[in-house]
Amino acid sequence: MLMRAVQAAALNTVIALGITLFGQRGFGASLVYAQCIGMSIWALTDFSRLWLIRDWNTQWRRLVLLVPLGVIIGNLLGTLLADALLGTRLHDYWTAEPARTAGFLVMSLGAGTALTYYFLSRAQLARERQALEIARRQASEARLKLLEAQLEPHMLFNTLANLRALIANDPARATDMLDRLIAYLRATLSASRQSTHPLREEFARLRDYLELMAVRMGPRLRYTLDLPEELAALPVPPLLLQPLVENSIRHGLEPKVEGGSISVRARRTGERLTLEVSDTGTGLGTTASGPAGFGLAQVRERLATAYGQRAALALGTDAQAGTHATLTLPYPS
Amino acid sequence: MSLATPTALIAEDEPLLAQALQTELARAWPALKVVAVVGDGHSAVQQALQLQPDVLFFDVRMPGLSGLDAATRLADEWSGERPFPALAFVTAYDQYAVQAFEAQAVDYLLKPVEPARLQKTVARMQQTLQAAPSFDATLAQLRGLLRAHAAPAAAPLQFIQASAGNTIRMVPVDEVLYFEAADKYVRVITPGHEYLIRTPLKELLPQLDGQAFWQVHRGTVVRASAIEQVTRDEAGKTWLSLRAHPERLAVSRLYAHLFKPM
Repeated sequence: MLMRAVQAAALNTVIALGITLFGQRGFGASLVYAQCIGMSIWALTDFSRLWLIRDWNTQWRRLVLLVPLGVIIGNLLGTLLADALLGTRLHDYWTAEPARTAGFLVMSLGAGTALTYYFLSRAQLARERQALEIARRQASEARLKLLEAQLEPHMLFNTLANLRALIANDPARATDMLDRLIAYLRATLSASRQSTHPLREEFARLRDYLELMAVRMGPRLRYTLDLPEELAALPVPPLLLQPLVENSIRHGLEPKVEGGSISVRARRTGERLTLEVSDTGTGLGTTASGPAGFGLAQVRERLATAYGQRAALALGTDAQAGTHATLTLPYPS
Repeated sequence: MSLATPTALIAEDEPLLAQALQTELARAWPALKVVAVVGDGHSAVQQALQLQPDVLFFDVRMPGLSGLDAATRLADEWSGERPFPALAFVTAYDQYAVQAFEAQAVDYLLKPVEPARLQKTVARMQQTLQAAPSFDATLAQLRGLLRAHAAPAAAPLQFIQASAGNTIRMVPVDEVLYFEAADKYVRVITPGHEYLIRTPLKELLPQLDGQAFWQVHRGTVVRASAIEQVTRDEAGKTWLSLRAHPERLAVSRLYAHLFKPM
């Protein structure tokens, strides 16, 4: 606001200079008149728009009425004010020389419009910059959240701790574990950019993950992966099964003292591709609304995006037999 | 057992990490003798009670019982003869747990365990063993951790819905004398009846008015106004007798501080 007042005052001074150069009056008087009129116009326009225009996107048209009204009333008020200050009677001029008065009004209108336009475009620019900034921040926050979910820190640091232990005792196994970690990280980071990869690739990444977990859990984790050769080339969304296997470990096997086994199978039933993740863990029980629920929601969302109504995720769980997750997808033609 | 050969118990479910910690400890504290390495919370409690080690390293996430639950259960069942062991938690990444450890000044290690950090922990533990800190201070720390760990308070429950065959009984919470965990159920005791519900005590607790209902044991939550008398027996154990019920309730050590004369 203050900034705009100063800029308006600067323009008024320029106008006063112009009047002095081309007109008949001395600079002092011109300056007083120009400032009184100009500042009145500015104050009327700027304060009334605060009150009349709350939402720029829908109400900016009100300016069309606001600026000319501000100019006319500002001229009136400003002239009377300057008359009072200088003890002159310029307002007599209005009736004596209507043509000049009109000219003066048109010039004020021009100056008012130009200045308003200038202020507006600056404000517009600032708003756009701010909106862009907010959008950018939201996008990076969402991305960070997704990455944090994928690169579960607890898993990552435990894996690194195991790796650290292996480096001293069993460098060959450490190297193998590191290679798997690298493949897992690379797949996780690029999964959001690919739309599909072959089922063979999907199973290879699951093997990486399960091998990492097997190093950590020792004999408490056993697993089998069953992918028939004729299905190996079929395209699937990358790391679609990952959250299901992760849930089986985190909520099924990790809480169980004796551990258990996980099996992942792919098979064709008619025109459908069925992918199955089952474990012998504790069953989802009451924790399904927690992080397990987040993983499941993610799988459902990705299925809906890729296949619409033609894919489904079914869950069966009980404390004796563990959890079975079955994905049914249309068989790619 | 003299302090010349202090003993340790390690509870860590990942075999390589348990072994690595043992190796690092041998370097940082050569005199320390690791008497047991266990992979789950229940074994941790049982072995610690049996072997009475001087120091404990408890992983936070373990099958069976979490490190925190194991530590509180151990404190509850610890016989008063030997000082309670110096305790350090071990965690890979648990932001909230770490905050709580900091707040309660409880020692903890982050995985992978750095030798320099372990050296500090060892120095602190050696100090603790010499100073023999009060058990009450340890209990207060554990209570603080439990509080930080508890689920946020939910809207207070008005009725307990208990199934009895094909019907569901609506038991007003105001009538309940106490709740007691029993295997897979929770017993709900009113002056005239007893009901069984499946909701675990841990989930029930945040839905109860904390002013009216006091937890007095890991498996018992009692209506404070139903307590008539509090007695201590010769063994130092605290018991509650109720106004409207003959059963006596045991108060565990962790919650005995609730019952002090004004």
